[in-house]
Amino acid sequence: MNPSRLVSVLVENKPGVLNRVASMIRRRGFNIDSLSVGATEDPTVSRMTIAVHVGRQAAEQATKQLTKLIDVITIEDITEMRKVAHELMLIRMHAPAEQRSEILAVVGVFVGRIVDIAASSMVIEITGTTEKIDTFVELMRPYGITEMARSGAVALVRGDQAGIRLADLGLEAEPPGGSRVGAGAADAGITADTTGDI
Amino acid sequence: MIGASPQPASAPAPPLETPAAVPARRMTGAQICLESLLREGVDTIFGYPGGANLYLYRWLPDYPNLHHILVRHEQGAAHAADGYARSRRGAVGVCFATSGPGALNLVTGLGTAFMDSVPVVAITGQVPVSAIGTDSFQESDVIGSTMSVVKHSYLLTRVEDIAPTIKEAFHVARSGRPGPVVIDFPKDLQAAIGEFNYPEGPVRMRSFPPPPQPDPDKLREIARIIKEAKRPVILSGRGVLISGAEQELLELSHRAHIPVGWTLLGTGAFPLQDSLALQMVGFMGAGYTNKAVCDADVVIMIGMRCDDRVTTRLDSFAPRVEHLIHIDIDPAEIGKSVVPHLSVVADAKTALSRLLPMVEPKREHEWLTQIDQWKEEHPVHYVRREGFLQPQEVLEAMYSRCKDEAIVVADVGQNQIWAALWFNYAKPGLFLNSGGLGTMGYAFPASMGVKFSNPDRTVFCVVGEGGFMMNMQEMATMVENNIDVNVVILNNASLGMVRQFQDDFYDGVRSAVDLTFTPDFVKLGEAFGMKAMTTRRLEDVGPMLDEAIAHHGPVLLNFDIDPDANVYPIVPLGKGMLDFVEAS
Repeated sequence: MNPSRLVSVLVENKPGVLNRVASMIRRRGFNIDSLSVGATEDPTVSRMTIAVHVGRQAAEQATKQLTKLIDVITIEDITEMRKVAHELMLIRMHAPAEQRSEILAVVGVFVGRIVDIAASSMVIEITGTTEKIDTFVELMRPYGITEMARSGAVALVRGDQAGIRLADLGLEAEPPGGSRVGAGAADAGITADTTGDI
Repeated sequence: MIGASPQPASAPAPPLETPAAVPARRMTGAQICLESLLREGVDTIFGYPGGANLYLYRWLPDYPNLHHILVRHEQGAAHAADGYARSRRGAVGVCFATSGPGALNLVTGLGTAFMDSVPVVAITGQVPVSAIGTDSFQESDVIGSTMSVVKHSYLLTRVEDIAPTIKEAFHVARSGRPGPVVIDFPKDLQAAIGEFNYPEGPVRMRSFPPPPQPDPDKLREIARIIKEAKRPVILSGRGVLISGAEQELLELSHRAHIPVGWTLLGTGAFPLQDSLALQMVGFMGAGYTNKAVCDADVVIMIGMRCDDRVTTRLDSFAPRVEHLIHIDIDPAEIGKSVVPHLSVVADAKTALSRLLPMVEPKREHEWLTQIDQWKEEHPVHYVRREGFLQPQEVLEAMYSRCKDEAIVVADVGQNQIWAALWFNYAKPGLFLNSGGLGTMGYAFPASMGVKFSNPDRTVFCVVGEGGFMMNMQEMATMVENNIDVNVVILNNASLGMVRQFQDDFYDGVRSAVDLTFTPDFVKLGEAFGMKAMTTRRLEDVGPMLDEAIAHHGPVLLNFDIDPDANVYPIVPLGKGMLDFVEAS
């Protein structure tokens, strides 16, 4: 089990915001396992997904401190919520002809894709949970990993009642800070995990 | 800091399109900034010009209602703005500095304001937008350098953003838990021509919502806990002063007969003369306050961070408490050090005013008798020594002359704790100090700002000779502007608090604390044009103070005090709240 906490943050899409968030986490003595930033459906808002290597109480302090940053709109610790948390990895394998079919078989099981192929190497793209990707990396190791790049997780909470959504953001919104653990639980029966995770 | 810019001042931005129907007020970015400051009610600016804010200074004389005080070091500007804001509820302090070294010199002052939640807006010149990131002359990454000591910061990049950004910056600085805000203002934008349209109406920011309303269920629960409490204690912090909740605090204490102690920064939130008053709590707090906290079954902490100076060794804090209640506007302070059983995130005044009607009158005789007994057993006291002037004697003489009319701005070190304990602050806002960051050199420049905010009050700056020398260049500012501040140097010819720590906790090895070599402060003060006096005798103290108070203008009073005078009570490092050592 991964000991890190997964925090989903909506921030103003402004220069320097990543710096503020990363700096706050560093200043309070927390270690970032991974951090991904990207656009949302609203061009003025970005979503950061941060995996922080801390316990629950420290994560609560971290989220409270992050909430205080003026450019942070809202934040939620989604570690214990029903969610989809996936990352993408590109991995270049040493793959001479005699190894290819074996590698391809594993890639098939993990629903990966070959995105580049050359005489003695190939680049595989694979998405899924951090655990799935870790497992894949371990299976690939004996064949010879030439290089790899991982995106860090991006995550959304499952279900219609998902925690923080732009649509819910009104100025009169409940003040951020409290973790709304379990907000997606009402939908437990009607959502299905369709990702084929291992 | 004047420096020749290696490149010509950038040309003003091309004129903007003006809608034909609206008669636009076109002006430079610098003027837009100054107009905006007027709209925010600014009347005093502490600043220092330099290459990157010269357009601001070019236009400043056109705004006679913006009174600019030329400090002699940018750190002084930041502390003066802090003192200005800290001593007048609702006021925001403003300081100007140029780019690079000017802006970096503000950092300590911003950090001081940040730790103590003081609303300050710092406007720093920056190199032209096109030069940012090129390591141009006097360029520094002000946003990056100040990031961890400000509540928020802005880099202006478009002339049309200037007015809305300033409005938002003041809103952020003064709202919720106040704090300093930096606006980095590139030189080319100061010269660029734009329209002045100050945004109407309140600022609304989706990422900075108003503070939450207190949860009524939790308030009812607190009222119930108070009703059942056998040994209740209230601790109040600076949040009570910031929100102006002193009256509510007094009523709560009187209605349920709850003794009230305070943090260093909460000094003045509750009148010391009140029969329910305890004293400062913690590391250098009164023994009877610590005893009360350690025996209490209910502790209500209001508007405070509960840092290590309050708790001493964390596990020694309130060991018998059954209900630890924490009320603070900042959710991040709840559970940061001590974890409360019940917390309310709200402004102190709002929370207390709603709690009050729920609280039933009560009185725990036994507990109050016990408290009175501790007060008798552990009075805050000092020991006189033949032939030496004690710092407490100076402070007592000050208090006897000014009572509740003087504001005391203390520096950091022994003088700070003496000033906190030996002046009977009966009203809020009469004692200021850098309690959080503990910035030596704070008091002297801050007291300038205090006097501008409070022209009718006597202002004392209580400072050690070490801290005074950290920012004594501001004597020139004091004299130039005839700022009526009485500087009281408690001169023990050493870095007293450090010396006391070395004597008691570091094997008695005195290292780098000897300040025997100090200037003749009387000659020094006079060289700057200050009225200056000195003594080492108690009988001179009163007459010197009388003369200083009567004098209109800055006065420097040097008191050569007992070089071995120490701060008591004190909890030895690493020890708990009940291990306090008293004067003997």
